[in-house]
Amino acid sequence: MADLPAPENQIIERFGPHAAYVPVGGWGAASDPDRRVPSHCCFCGQQCGMILLVKDNVIVGLEPWEEFPFNHGMLCPKGVNRYLQSGHPDRLRAPLVRAPNGFQETTWDDALDRVARAVRQIQAEHGRDAFAMLSGASLITEKAYLAGKFARLALKTRNIDYNGRLCMVSAAAASKKAFGIDRSANPWSDILLAECILIAGSNTAECSPITTDYVWRARDSGAHVIVVDPRLTPIARTADVYLPVRPGRDAALLNGMLHVLIQEDLLDHTFIRERTTGFEQVKEAVSHYPPAVAAEIAGVHAEDLVRAARLWGEAKTSFALHARGIEHHIQGVENCAAVINLVLATGRIGRPGCGYGTITGQGNGQGGREHGQKCDQLPGMRDIEDPAAREYIARVWGVHPDEIPHQGLTAVEIFEAIDRSEIRGLLSISFNPLVSLPDAGFIRNCLRKLDFYCAIDFFLSETARHADVVLAGSTQEEEEGIVTSVEGRVIHIRQAVEPPGQARQDTRILCDLAERLGAGDKFRFRSTREILDELRVASRGGLADYYGITYEKIDRQMGVFWPCPELDHPGTPRLFEDGRFYTGDGRAHFIPVTWHPPAEDTDEEYPIVLTSGRVVAHYLSGNQTRRIGPLLDQTPNPYVEIHPQLAAQLGVADGEPVRITSRRGSIVLPASVVTTIRPDTVFIPYHWGGRQSVNILTIRALDPVSKIPEYKICAVKLEKAAAGAVPAAEIASLSPRHHV
Amino acid sequence: MSEPLEFFIDPMRCIGCQACVSACRECGTHRGTSVIHLEVIDRMRTIQTTPMVCMHCVDPTCAEVCPADAIKQTPEGVVLSSLKPRCIGCENCVIACPFGVPKYDALPDQMMKCDQCYDRTSIGLRPWCATVCPSRALYFGPRSQVEAQRRGKPLNRFRFGNEVVETKVNIIVPEGVDEFVFDVAAHISEGMPHSVADLALAASAEDH
Repeated sequence: MADLPAPENQIIERFGPHAAYVPVGGWGAASDPDRRVPSHCCFCGQQCGMILLVKDNVIVGLEPWEEFPFNHGMLCPKGVNRYLQSGHPDRLRAPLVRAPNGFQETTWDDALDRVARAVRQIQAEHGRDAFAMLSGASLITEKAYLAGKFARLALKTRNIDYNGRLCMVSAAAASKKAFGIDRSANPWSDILLAECILIAGSNTAECSPITTDYVWRARDSGAHVIVVDPRLTPIARTADVYLPVRPGRDAALLNGMLHVLIQEDLLDHTFIRERTTGFEQVKEAVSHYPPAVAAEIAGVHAEDLVRAARLWGEAKTSFALHARGIEHHIQGVENCAAVINLVLATGRIGRPGCGYGTITGQGNGQGGREHGQKCDQLPGMRDIEDPAAREYIARVWGVHPDEIPHQGLTAVEIFEAIDRSEIRGLLSISFNPLVSLPDAGFIRNCLRKLDFYCAIDFFLSETARHADVVLAGSTQEEEEGIVTSVEGRVIHIRQAVEPPGQARQDTRILCDLAERLGAGDKFRFRSTREILDELRVASRGGLADYYGITYEKIDRQMGVFWPCPELDHPGTPRLFEDGRFYTGDGRAHFIPVTWHPPAEDTDEEYPIVLTSGRVVAHYLSGNQTRRIGPLLDQTPNPYVEIHPQLAAQLGVADGEPVRITSRRGSIVLPASVVTTIRPDTVFIPYHWGGRQSVNILTIRALDPVSKIPEYKICAVKLEKAAAGAVPAAEIASLSPRHHV
Repeated sequence: MSEPLEFFIDPMRCIGCQACVSACRECGTHRGTSVIHLEVIDRMRTIQTTPMVCMHCVDPTCAEVCPADAIKQTPEGVVLSSLKPRCIGCENCVIACPFGVPKYDALPDQMMKCDQCYDRTSIGLRPWCATVCPSRALYFGPRSQVEAQRRGKPLNRFRFGNEVVETKVNIIVPEGVDEFVFDVAAHISEGMPHSVADLALAASAEDH
């Protein structure tokens, strides 16, 4: 039974979130550190380099790492404050089991035995696939690889998926179709050489702050910047063309731009003829989107759209970037394809200054999606239904190919199977679905239906509060490993500290569980280095070939770009330089796109578009950043951004409470009345749970290919709410600041 | 000899992320307390924000008005926070600073302000805020690099009424601006009277 074991406020008082403001040992601790550990930020896909200052097994401060070539010492506030999660009072230091009045600590043997027993019992009664696993894209790649192997060989379930399903999968699917490979095609240094930069659906300054500098350095050298976003974000503020697209209309807008390129013959005919397929079908598809039509659908000025298309078309070099703004849609894959079509039509890929990339959001958004924790994938970006891939991986793992389960369900589909009682048990690691999945009310009901739920995490997340067993795991800085950054650069995470108390490294937890489930012989790893060595072999010959990558080589080269098939191979910073793509025919594939409306368009009853996204101070579901005092203070609570025109209609002033209601639920938040958003759209940041969660409102509609949820658009109605109706923050009353 | 490193503020590049606010808290001379200013201009109408560090005036008004002689300047021209044993907490400096930089902090009972991370800059390191700033709105580096790579130009002369203030820190402004003038009278059309006394005179002349 995965209902709460105690009243939620009691759980919060004990496990937080508490807000930590001061490092362990006080402000002076960092002046005399035991060790200085060069590593990387754990809080987004940029993976900024930084030096962690360690004293008495706690990270007590940081120093900028100016030599690291991606960020040269630059950091956002998450990076500056990340050390405050080390030694945090909320940190889980021992395994927990559900007890009549909350959680009680137990021994590792007891906790692991309970999990193994539950797995065996559920699978005996309901079949192997009735036990599912959810993992995370913030995990180092060794953990991600191990999670995939653990699910297939120890749990023997086909149902493992990861929270990158909420982030990168639309871009990944489009890239696989168009280029045959899923990776940003260029190092970020190519942005500096671009004459035109298209940014579609990326609040770059807040969600990937360092990328802002690349874009603006290019701008200072004369580049033109085009920004497509319903909100006038900091990167849009100084754009040459700002296209405030109505959410859910991106494909029409992008098709309209390609229409102009074709009409005005701003095309690279040689490239199209020699390097691509499918242009004629795309030409036909976009013929239905002359600028006036495209602009009408997208809710922008036609002349702005034409100007953007000409800036793109007339440039000699260019870089296209997009993020969740166009990807979180039921048409997410097609939106990405529409951007790729612009790149291919102008032939600007595979050369210096000619680039394309999705801006990955999670800490290991790239590496976490390559080595087998996706339901449809085996290590090396291999297709789990490809017989040759199954045979190769089976050989690496020492099993028969038939022992590898086939493709399973995606993250949201796993919950729908829980709802149907087909899945009865769940193991999660670093995934907080109660906050991060859409339609939170539905997800909460699903948790109640589970026979057994085990969470591996280092803080007790909103979802983990529902667990039967909580296994105290490890943070990024507590195991050595690799992650792959937004550029496709594989970097080295050095272990800075040991897990505190009885908390254990995630890899050890999975290996210990595998032992109890009878698969121990496949999980005898003594270190993450041994896991990496197996991963290198498992990825060998695959698309994401890591065979030539070692910790030492990463240190020597300040990162290694994959594919890197041999130990003496330098890595591949820029893809497609030889003009060949990773598709079967070696050509890039145009993908025709026809715009269609979102799953839930506005109507008379729900006349306003709701969209959601990040703020700079928080990361994902907030399970980490809402415990870090300075980040919490920067953005303590969510709010709803409303244009003054809409605010006037509602009779709401800045700061006043507004009730936002969708077909799935209703929340009350203070209004932030700003001219920087379309009047027909409201925005709510998504990092909070409980009654502050925007996902109470969002729709559980999925892209048919990528199965990404349509977070970026649903229909809502707004009304002024009573004073005092705004829910209080879910935070423990005695935060440490009161003790200092 | 290599080119000296200078401090540049480029308000147009500020993204309001507050990395500087947090980084300032890491400064070795006042760890735990952030003294930088991050101004939200008018959130309802714009997303524009701007960071403000101490401008480090060549002739610092804050030091000139300090009755306790608590504000010192280093040989490099860095204006320091008040000396704790001398500061009497009168806030003269807070009122006098033309840029609104010093803050009186009740807990240590002294004026605290940006000292350009003197512990770092005095040994060749860059200040915290200008190292981490992800959009280089705050930048510490050679002038030649700024002039070669940026739109706009660095400026370090400001006129408040008749008083000209020259600063160690530069603000990047659009091309064609040579001096920041903070006096409306200087901006209105020629031939108009300039001082309040002139205005009073002109008004009384009309009365008669």
